[in-house]
Amino acid sequence: MSKTNVPEEAAQEAGQQAAQEATEREATAQLSTAPQEDRTPGSATFGVIGWARWFWRQLTSMRVALILLFLLSLGAIPGSLIPQSGTDQMKVDAFKKAHEHLGPLYDKLGLFHVYSSVWFSAIYILLFVSLIGCIIPRTWQFVGQLRGRPPGAPGRLDRMPAYATWRTEAGADEVRAAALTMMKKRRYRSHVVGSAVAAEKGYLREAGNLIFHIALIVMLVGFATGQLFKSDGTKLVLEGDGFANTLSQYDDFSSGNLFDKDTGLAPFSFTLKDFTGTYERSGPNKGTARTYKADVTYSEGSDGAEKKATIKVNEPLKIDGTKIFLSGHGYAPVVTVRDGKGKIVSDHTPVPLLPIDSNQTSTGAIKIMDGYRDKDGRKDQLGFNAFFVPTFAGSGKGNMFSQFPALDFPVLALSAYHGSLGVDSGLPQNVYQLDTTNMKKFEDSKGELLKKRLLPGETMKLPNGAGSITFEKDVQEWATFEIAKQPGTGWALTGAIAAIAGLVGSLFIQRRRVWVRTTAGADGVTVVEMAGLGRSESAKLPEELGRLVEQLHAQAPSAPDPDEPDTETPEPPTAVPAAEGAEK
Amino acid sequence: MNLAAATNENLAQTSNVLIYSSMAVYLLAFFANMAEWIFGSRSKTGRAAAALTQKAEKPATAPAVQVQQKGGTAVLDRPQVVTRAASGSRGDVPDGPGASGGDEQGDLYGRIAISLTVLGFLVEFAGVLTRALSVQRAPWGNMYEFNITFSTVAVGVYLGLLALKKNVRWLGLPLVTTVLLDLGLAVTVLYTASDQLVPALHSYWLYIHVSTAIFCGAVFYVGAVGTLLYLFKDSYENKLSQGGKPGRFATSVLERLPASASLDKFSYRINAAVFPLWTFTIIAGAIWAGDAWGRYWEWDPKETWSFITWVAYACYLHARATAGWKGRKAAYLALIAFGCWLFNYYGVNIFVSGKHSYAGV
Ligand code: HEM
Repeated sequence: MSKTNVPEEAAQEAGQQAAQEATEREATAQLSTAPQEDRTPGSATFGVIGWARWFWRQLTSMRVALILLFLLSLGAIPGSLIPQSGTDQMKVDAFKKAHEHLGPLYDKLGLFHVYSSVWFSAIYILLFVSLIGCIIPRTWQFVGQLRGRPPGAPGRLDRMPAYATWRTEAGADEVRAAALTMMKKRRYRSHVVGSAVAAEKGYLREAGNLIFHIALIVMLVGFATGQLFKSDGTKLVLEGDGFANTLSQYDDFSSGNLFDKDTGLAPFSFTLKDFTGTYERSGPNKGTARTYKADVTYSEGSDGAEKKATIKVNEPLKIDGTKIFLSGHGYAPVVTVRDGKGKIVSDHTPVPLLPIDSNQTSTGAIKIMDGYRDKDGRKDQLGFNAFFVPTFAGSGKGNMFSQFPALDFPVLALSAYHGSLGVDSGLPQNVYQLDTTNMKKFEDSKGELLKKRLLPGETMKLPNGAGSITFEKDVQEWATFEIAKQPGTGWALTGAIAAIAGLVGSLFIQRRRVWVRTTAGADGVTVVEMAGLGRSESAKLPEELGRLVEQLHAQAPSAPDPDEPDTETPEPPTAVPAAEGAEK
Repeated sequence: MNLAAATNENLAQTSNVLIYSSMAVYLLAFFANMAEWIFGSRSKTGRAAAALTQKAEKPATAPAVQVQQKGGTAVLDRPQVVTRAASGSRGDVPDGPGASGGDEQGDLYGRIAISLTVLGFLVEFAGVLTRALSVQRAPWGNMYEFNITFSTVAVGVYLGLLALKKNVRWLGLPLVTTVLLDLGLAVTVLYTASDQLVPALHSYWLYIHVSTAIFCGAVFYVGAVGTLLYLFKDSYENKLSQGGKPGRFATSVLERLPASASLDKFSYRINAAVFPLWTFTIIAGAIWAGDAWGRYWEWDPKETWSFITWVAYACYLHARATAGWKGRKAAYLALIAFGCWLFNYYGVNIFVSGKHSYAGV
């Protein structure tokens, strides 16, 4: 059912519209703490302070927050499309090679490390400054609202978005008292102002919103501490070997700017007892890993009791705030090397090789630095390039690449050199690569580089009695562990949980006001008016008002209508407000 | 090959048959929806036009006042709640009557369409379930599975809203159309034979993170449809209130949709309601990444685009709270945000390589 009114004079209209807007402003006062838009530069004072104030007001305005948020999402895009040095330096290098002109330009713009670039940092720092500048005044305002009382009823309640009225024979004071009790029972903050009860509910909305924004700051602080104090390193561990958490034991290590090398690492140690990997045997995903697990024993502190644990891909071991992740695995064929006199110089030594494909085709080097003498008793060094496949395709069948990642048909291919390994040159050496610049090939009968494929148990003899190398019937497995510590994650997580809770409060709770005005009419009958107002238009508000009306009406039933005692559908007496402003 | 593997093959086969069957049912639902719209065009309703043209001619009329009606005679003597829109808003334009336009035959087809959609949903749900049983894990290991689950959930959300007696029948046609597209893509381009997951995907966080991600996507999608229709309806109403005459087709279709204010409110509620869940999804993903890869946040493309999507929706919610950005501008932001979500799903999987792309597309 809807009603429209007879048009009225334009002048009257304008006046009424102004009155309407004033009423709305009065009624909605302090219903939120959202800042008002302000576009004019600092009104009278245009000095430095005036401009600074203007700038600050702009920075902390909702409009600028919106723009900064938009810039933040826009700024995050290039980092997802252009290779990032933090994640994949190789791709960055390849990109630079492929794009001669674009490369240096991107470099200058920081596009290879967007998320730590000056401009990206500028956006989020500005955003967070704006956020803090926004939260502080809003919090004060909110505290003020909590300590104050909901404002009294506006002059004309029938201007409110939801309205109801009736006439009752109950006394005005009596109905008002009943209304106050009812509102309080429904946990509205309510009090009597003049002839009306003013009540408000849903403060949690504002609280939730503030908590959400504060939680964002807590999260950022958590992440920032994590970045500054983190430590992160990797270590390759053979089955049976151990690791103690000191700097010298890491294969590689990086840390945040404020990481303390002396106290930053938690004291603990662990030993890799056993690594197990199983793989899909058939189907289109043949060869993909099914399980990866490392059984370890570990002890906390310098000499804590030994405990057992299993580390899986998704289940790191946590010791004293440090997490140990299983990050990779491979094979270490066990070899024995004899010198020219038949003396064993390397006995059952596992040699970790690095996988180069998903079927664990692996490469590496075997280096014999000390103790080797050739058949004439002269000191020398030996070097072997090693190529290993856990599952060989079979001789004559194509290449030397592995067919499957499990140890079904292991074959070790070696080529042999002697001479100086170059380990004394002082330059850091890659243990997995052989530097043959100062080495000589061992030659086979045809004068070519000596190469051989070995099955487990087989031996390759070096020419002219220079010794031998045996691939023992044993292949060990190794695992790489990433050992990472990132303080502040607790804060970040707490912030995240608080942010979600705050958001739920902020988005699902309606802040609303209800007024109940009771006035004694001329004919001795009390006129009850009820009105509701929410932050935003909502279908729930009239429903809620309806329930309140129902309850109060039960206590103060309608008086019989003086004019038409038996109307079928009683119209609310003042349901038809005077016409108001035109659409703009 | 053992017996268990054979039954799994059978189940996978059954699943495929069910998915194709659901497509057939959805296709019928599509035709029924079309029939509803076509029959509905016979009716001549012009509520928005009436409300707005009258206003354009006589700018001085007051906004309509609506009285909340309550059924039953017992409440007749109870005072009624009068509602009114805030001045300056167009909250007083009445909603359209729906696709059938009050036409009886149209309404019949509309009901048939809903029944068929329910049937399609059940069949598709069974398809997803058998797929899950065949691989003995949650059916979210690759894009094919993601797609079929996604459309099931989207239809589920629609039917859920209908069951809650929300006025959403206007969603039927666009929804069924896109579900058909989504399934078409799934069975042709994205199809992947059923298989197990790589170890990095073995985690209960998978269930939490991916299920909420799919659900959020489906709900965001429904919100985006509402936003898009809002934009159309809003320009239609704008044109009317400026005294313009929209085309016949536009009039016929748009008159039957809810009022722009209702559509706007609908999509806002939908988007606002899932935003906390989307926030949770991202955090759950970060926790999972922390366990699986050792770092909570690495700006992997998928993470980055989830973040971009999140910030875009935050933008939208902010815009709604900022004077001067309500209405159309906010609606564009909502569409951009959904575009980000879509890109995160299709674009990132297909064009950008990252850690998330190990599941065979
Ligand atoms: C760090 C980036 C920010 C994010 C992700 C963010 C996110 C949000 C979200 C999602 C809402 C919606 C909740 C609701 O409607 O109640 C919201 C509301 C709000 N935000 Fe932010 N915000 C950010 C920064 C800011 C800043 C810098 C300001 C101050 C200038 C601000 C002021 C507000 C206000 C006043 C509201 C409440 C509006 C209302 O009462 O309806 N926000 N914010």
